[in-house]
Amino acid sequence: MKMLLTGARVIDPGQKIDAIMDVMLADGKICQTGVDLLKSVKSKDSAKTKVIDLSGMVLTPGLIDMHTHLREPGQEYKETVASGAKAAVAGGFTSIACMPNTDPINDNRSITEFIKRKALEADMANVYPIGAISKDSAGIKLAEFWDMKEAGAIAFSDDGKPVMDAALMRHAMEYAWSLSLPVISHCEDTNLSAGGQMNEGYYSTILGLRGIPVIAEEAMIARDILIAEFTKTSVHIAHVSTEGSVRLIRAAKKRGLKITAETAPHYFTLTDEALQTYNTSLKVNPPLRSAADIAAINEGLADGTLDAIVTDHAPHARTDKELEFEYAANGISGLETSLGLSLRLVREGVLTLPELIAKMSLNPARILNLPKGNLETGADADITVIDLQLPWTVDVHTFYSKGKNSPFQGWEMQGKAILTIVGGEIKYADPRLNL
Amino acid sequence: MKFDRKDILGIKDLSVDEINVILETAESFLEISTREIKKVPTLRGKTIINLFFEASTRTRTSFEIAGKRLSADTINISASTSSVVKGETLIDTARNLEAMNPDVIVIRHSAAGAPHLLATLVKQSIINAGDGAHEHPTQALLDMMTIKEKKGTLTGLKVAIVGDIAHSRVARSNIYGLAKMGAQVVLAGPATMLPRGIEQMGVQAFTKLEDAIVDADVVMMLRIQLEREKQNIFPSLREYSQHYCLNSRNIKLARPDAIVMHPGPINRGVEISPDIADDLSRSVILDQVNKGVAVRMALLYLLTGGNE
Repeated sequence: MKMLLTGARVIDPGQKIDAIMDVMLADGKICQTGVDLLKSVKSKDSAKTKVIDLSGMVLTPGLIDMHTHLREPGQEYKETVASGAKAAVAGGFTSIACMPNTDPINDNRSITEFIKRKALEADMANVYPIGAISKDSAGIKLAEFWDMKEAGAIAFSDDGKPVMDAALMRHAMEYAWSLSLPVISHCEDTNLSAGGQMNEGYYSTILGLRGIPVIAEEAMIARDILIAEFTKTSVHIAHVSTEGSVRLIRAAKKRGLKITAETAPHYFTLTDEALQTYNTSLKVNPPLRSAADIAAINEGLADGTLDAIVTDHAPHARTDKELEFEYAANGISGLETSLGLSLRLVREGVLTLPELIAKMSLNPARILNLPKGNLETGADADITVIDLQLPWTVDVHTFYSKGKNSPFQGWEMQGKAILTIVGGEIKYADPRLNL
Repeated sequence: MKFDRKDILGIKDLSVDEINVILETAESFLEISTREIKKVPTLRGKTIINLFFEASTRTRTSFEIAGKRLSADTINISASTSSVVKGETLIDTARNLEAMNPDVIVIRHSAAGAPHLLATLVKQSIINAGDGAHEHPTQALLDMMTIKEKKGTLTGLKVAIVGDIAHSRVARSNIYGLAKMGAQVVLAGPATMLPRGIEQMGVQAFTKLEDAIVDADVVMMLRIQLEREKQNIFPSLREYSQHYCLNSRNIKLARPDAIVMHPGPINRGVEISPDIADDLSRSVILDQVNKGVAVRMALLYLLTGGNE
C-alpha cells in the first residue's frame, strides 16, 4: 500500500527544503518527494494508493522527543510504555527516547529488552530506551553499557539522580565514547540543591520554600564540560534552565568542544512567579526560573547553543501531585503540549519554523545517532503533519497520557499535530482530518 | 467595614483596613480576659478545630483559650508527624474534618502552603497558625497590636528584626504587616540567614546586629532553631550568641525607649541576654503572649460573621 501526501508545505531542515511538495510513501519508507506526484499515480496504480490532501498544512520529518519518562516497569499507574507511546503520536512525536528511572532502574539488558518489547506491542511511536549510567542509578558503579547497547539502548543517563562523583562521570563519558553512544547529563549538584522545592530567589523567599540555586545546575555543567574537554569525548546536557548554563555551553561550543544541549517548553514559557498559588503542577526539576533565564534560553535556542527541544515528559498520578507542595512529585506531563508551546517561539520570532523543526527532529536524531529526522528518499516514513492555525484549548482530561499533571490546563493554543505517521502507518489522525 | 474574608492565610493578602479592623476588634476583646468569669457567649454553638501538624504549646493553647473564652467548642488534633508519614493525605484529612461541619479550622504545618491547599478544599474558614517558613499571620497581628499599644502607632517606627530570617515565618508576616502599616523594617543576621531577594520585600538587610538596631523603636529577636547548626548556616550557638545576642551593651544603640520582642520560646543567652529579657521596662515578650489570645479571639469572631 502506497500513501501520497499532497499539497503540504514540506519542511526538511536536513535537506534545507521548505516548499509546497508531495511526498510518496511505500513499504514504510519515503520513496519520492516532488511536485505533482498525483499525475504519476493516476496513470498507474491509483487504487492501491491512499491519497491525502494536506493543502495548507505543514509536513515535517517525524518529531523526536529525546527526553521522555515512561513509568514502566514499576509505576504503571503513572504511565505505561503503551500509554506514553500513544500520547507521543498524539503530540506529533514519531520517536521518543525514554529515561531509565523506572522501578527497577533500566540499568541492564533485560529491562532494556522489556521496554523494547512493550514498545513493539504498543505499535505506536518508536521507543528508544536510554540506559542508566550507574547500577541502580546510585552513582557508584558503572552499568553494563555494552550489554544495554546490544539490547537497544541509544544513550546513557542517570536522569533524576545526578552523577555527583566526577570520576564516575569521567569514566561513563569515556566508556560511552568507545561505544559511540552519547551520555546525557542531568546537571544538578545535589549538595547545593538539597531540600530545594523551587528556584532560589525572591519568590522562594516570599513563599518560604527552600530554593534550588542556579549554581546547582551550572556548577555541574561546568564540570561536565571540563571532563568532555579533558577526555576528548562528548556530553549532552539535559533540560537547561538557567542563563548561566546557556553561557557556559555557548562558550564551550565556541571552543569547539563536542557539547550538545536541550531545553524544554516550560523553561521558555513559565517563571517561578507563577508558583505563588503553591500549584503543584508547576513543581518540576530543574525548577521554573526567572524572566531573565527565559530570555537567555530563547537566545540560546536562536543562536544554536541549545540544539534540541525536549518534553521532559514526567507523568504522575493525582495522588503524587495533590499534596502539600513540599511532598508533591516533580514533573510535567509534556508530550501533548510540547509542540503547541514550542510553536509560540515561531510566532514570537525567536525561531523560524524550519529551525524549530530541526530542534524537534533532525538535531535529536543526530545527537542520538538515529537514522531519522529527515525526508530523504529511502528514509523511514516517519512524518508529522502540523496545522499551524488550528486553535485548541489544553484539556488534560483528553490527554492520552495517564499523566494529567500539566500547568497548561486551560491554555489557549494555536497549532497542533493533526497526522502522525510512523513507518508509513498512520498512528494518529485528528478527527477533523476526516480520514 | 464589613469583614468578608473566608480565610486568614497570610498578612500578604490583608489590606490596611482589614488589619485595622482586626486590631480594633482584638482591643475590644482584651478586657474579657481580665474578668473574673472569662467567658462570653458570642461563639456558642460554633466548632473550632485546631489541626496541628507541628509541635506547638503557645500558639495552640492560645487558640484554644481564645475559642473557649468566646464559648466555642474547640477540638485539638495534634499530628506529630506529617500527613505523608501518617499515611493519610492532608486532602483526605481535610475532607473528613469538613464532613463533621466545624466552623473554623486552625492549621499549623511544617510545609509552606499547606493552609492554602486546605483553603481550596473545604468550605470552612481556615486560619494559618504557621506554615513552614512562609507566614505566621496571627503572630504578626499580635506583634503589631503589642507595638501599637506601647508606641501608640506603627507609622514611622523603625523595627529591627534580628536572627534567622531565611527560616522565619514570623519575620515574613511581620515584614508584610509592618510595611503595610507604615513602619520601617530593617533586618540583621549573618548572610547565611538572609534569604535571596529579601530586599525586594522593601526592607534593609544588615549582617551586623549593631547596624540594624541603631535608633530602633522596636527590636524583635527571632528564635534560633538549634537543628539549623547542622545545615552549616552558623558554626555554633556560642559564636552566634557572641555576635547576635541582644544585651545590655548593644541595646544602647537603639532608642532609649525601645521595646524588645521575641515570638518565643526564647533560648536565653542566645538571642537575648537574661537581664534584657527580664527587664520589664523594655521586654514586652509576655505582653505579646497576652495580646495573642485577643487577636485570635478577634479572628475567630470576624471569620464566623461576628460583625455582620
